[in-house]
Amino acid sequence: MRKIVISALAILTVLVIGTTAMAQTADAGATSTIMDIGLICAGVAIGMGAACGGCGVGMGAAVAGTCVATARNPELGGRLFVLLLLGLALIESLAIYTLVINLILLYANPLAG
Amino acid sequence: MHEPVLLSILLHLDTATIFGKELHTSHIFYTWIGMAVLFILALIVRKRLSMVPGQLQNFWESMIQPLEDFAVENLGNNFGRKFFPLLGVLFIYILTLNLMGLLPLFDAPTANLNTNVGMALLVFFFYHAVGFRYHGIAYLKHFCGPVKVLAPFMFPIEIINHCARPLSLTLRLFGNIKGEELVLLVVMMLAPIFGTLPLMFLFFFVKILQAFVFFLLSMIYIQGSLEEAH
Repeated sequence: MRKIVISALAILTVLVIGTTAMAQTADAGATSTIMDIGLICAGVAIGMGAACGGCGVGMGAAVAGTCVATARNPELGGRLFVLLLLGLALIESLAIYTLVINLILLYANPLAG
Repeated sequence: MHEPVLLSILLHLDTATIFGKELHTSHIFYTWIGMAVLFILALIVRKRLSMVPGQLQNFWESMIQPLEDFAVENLGNNFGRKFFPLLGVLFIYILTLNLMGLLPLFDAPTANLNTNVGMALLVFFFYHAVGFRYHGIAYLKHFCGPVKVLAPFMFPIEIINHCARPLSLTLRLFGNIKGEELVLLVVMMLAPIFGTLPLMFLFFFVKILQAFVFFLLSMIYIQGSLEEAH
């Protein structure tokens, strides 16, 4: 029950903020107001934070697994280190995609004039 | 925000007008500088190549030897030595370009998307060419999945998978280097020296790591196109 209420509130907030932002851009025409810029910045910061959080959990699990495996079988350390680097690079690229999208939103936003 | 002092701006090589369009050329300028440094170092070493290595030769050997061993370990003795020139050059070239971002007056060309797209597309076409060269038309079996019946469904998925590879190679390198640059710029506004120096040490390792990851992924893609289809 509580989960449903919280998700409904979240959806409502997004809808309300979204419609106000839409209305403002419609009013102001091509030029973006300080409110639009603030909304973009807030979205970018929240998105980057969420991406980094998820990425941190994933990388933490990878590092923990490698540590345990190396402690059990130190001879495999070199091979595991390469696998760890590869996995970290692939996990990290998810956060990097968010970063790229955020950079586009901040510096080359196609919607904000 | 202060504008960084850059060599390309000082020399007025930052932009060029071609066919009436103004283009940013600073990353090409820095790429040429990096290439010149690498060429000069390599030519000096080639002139004085000897069995008892000097300082510079020692430097190159200590960099290339572990990489070559690693490539041979993964690709096998025959293919490892055959494809190492491309892989090793990718590593050394990207490393040089990345580290240029830490020097004063210089900027990392890999913080521009176009430099990375070039390298990623080279790797993309290269490993498909390798696949067709060593498997012939049977290389298409790589795209068809393990079961014959599922092949029509697997084919589009595999195509998307393979097209996502140059995209991810490009964006990973670009995002890392550009992100570091932006973080350094922001920290430079907050705490000029004491904030940026420790970060530069961290970024030094990240830049080496990113060059190695590009090398590693290119090697793994080539390895994937060399192995037999299931």
